[in-house]
Amino acid sequence: MTIDTSMTWLIALYIFMLAAFTGYEVISRVPSILHTPLMSGSNFIHGIVVVGALHALLNASSLFGQIVSFVAVAFGAANAAGGYVVTDRMLAMFKSSGAGKK
Amino acid sequence: MFVQHILGLSGLCAAILFIFGLKRMSSPVTALSGIVVAGIGMVVAIAASFLVVFDLSEQVRPHLTVNLVLALVALTIGGGWAWLRGKKVEMTAMPQMVALYNGMGGGAAAAVAAVELSARDASSAVVLAVTAAGALIGSISLTGSVIAWAKLDGRISKPFRFGGQRIVNGALFAATVLLGIALVFFFDCQALPFIAVLFFFGALAFGVMMTLPIGGADMPVVISLYNAFTGLAVGLEGYALQNPALMIAGMVVGSAGTLLTVLMAKAMNRSLANVLFSNFGDAVVQGSGGAQGEMKSADASDAAVAMRYAASVVIIPGYGLAVAQAQQKLYEFVKLLQAAGIDVKFAIHPVAGRMPGHMNVLLAEAGVPYDIIYDMEDINADFANTDVALVIGANDVVNPAARTDKSSPIYGMPILDADQARQVYVVKRGQGKGYSGVENLLFFQENCSMVYGDAQAVLTRMIQAVKDLGA
Repeated sequence: MTIDTSMTWLIALYIFMLAAFTGYEVISRVPSILHTPLMSGSNFIHGIVVVGALHALLNASSLFGQIVSFVAVAFGAANAAGGYVVTDRMLAMFKSSGAGKK
Repeated sequence: MFVQHILGLSGLCAAILFIFGLKRMSSPVTALSGIVVAGIGMVVAIAASFLVVFDLSEQVRPHLTVNLVLALVALTIGGGWAWLRGKKVEMTAMPQMVALYNGMGGGAAAAVAAVELSARDASSAVVLAVTAAGALIGSISLTGSVIAWAKLDGRISKPFRFGGQRIVNGALFAATVLLGIALVFFFDCQALPFIAVLFFFGALAFGVMMTLPIGGADMPVVISLYNAFTGLAVGLEGYALQNPALMIAGMVVGSAGTLLTVLMAKAMNRSLANVLFSNFGDAVVQGSGGAQGEMKSADASDAAVAMRYAASVVIIPGYGLAVAQAQQKLYEFVKLLQAAGIDVKFAIHPVAGRMPGHMNVLLAEAGVPYDIIYDMEDINADFANTDVALVIGANDVVNPAARTDKSSPIYGMPILDADQARQVYVVKRGQGKGYSGVENLLFFQENCSMVYGDAQAVLTRMIQAVKDLGA
């Protein structure tokens, strides 16, 4: 049995459309005090590009492909790791006046 | 085949965790767990992507060892460097750090596109066009973010402008897009590598040219825009790689980032096009004729005593407070006032700091609880009933000229109505102008007194003055 996992351009458009609405809806309810951590948090999420870069690197068969995808993995990893650390640091500082007593 | 399914499911898992994490980040109570959830999603996706080694084509198999080593080295170098920098970076320098990380994400997307194009096995014109579009947006985001970083970090201080710049930039952009179209149509042609190189250079150069003329005050909006760009580029490369996780994560960030960008531009009363294409900051100095009366100065301890005997105090912090590293001192002063039963609130303008919400982060760092911090819309009506407004290191965001003076470049910008408080104290280093270079009418008002000095030193004296009263 074979299962077809390929994606038509139409399905891709559906995915894009739904994801765009999701992003819009999730963000539109965020209080402005969280805008900076949120920008850095969404910055972290597009660090997922490292997965695409890893795919390219592990499938590379030419020197050019290896060099460029090596750079891509390093950049993508920096995006993901850096985005995570700064977001985590910022969010860890937010506390309410009630929470301090616990 | 089996590996493909595991990969697909891990991607789905990551996408769910990302959206759930982002959702949790939308409230200060659950925000910290939100980033952890998203982080787990990332680890799952990265770990699973190594499974592809079990499903390689014959052509790639001989390179497997080298590629695996390269992958681990790249992950360690990139991730390790960013992790250490992220741990050490000062909270005031956060915006430029985010810009830098964002640029790297854009660069990664562009590099992935370059690899895909160089493999020359793309199946259809649609995939090619999408790959090229992702490459274009990712490249712009890379160089644009680097310029934004350099500007915020003080490495480039002056906006770079010349006559006909808009035409040159427009031509460069059009040429790059044409090259991208040529890439799709002449994909089988011998000259392809040549076209591709020109295309990438054009896109990278456009990122630089587009960002150089934009003034430092507008950089937050620009960073947010490039954040959305990178998301979009990642989403498009996700389609090129047939990877739904990348598509979803990229597009979620693309739309969220666009919304955030529009919100920021709105907070400054500018349209996005205005930020990107008008050379703000050129036409200043005019419109300063409206300032009448004289600036009065007051002693720090007098101001402190006035606040000690007030019933309500609203503090308006600005970036100058963070530059002076005086947030801790300020909170110490606030705690003294609170202990005396005075109602103290913080009022934050949407663009206080160098990025919306940046001031909140800086106050949170000093330990100020977020429930005494108010947004502009929530507090503006209260100023008329406020005894003392204390402005520290802020300037343009309390300038009443934004309401009254049509000739002022900041006319129409929403401001904090500090001028309506019974008494206003402005802590300021000198008599200079604000970031926009506009004269502040508030300083000349009857109910306003200036307290000159470094914020750190002034607050130390204020704390001392209040303590002396208690003794």
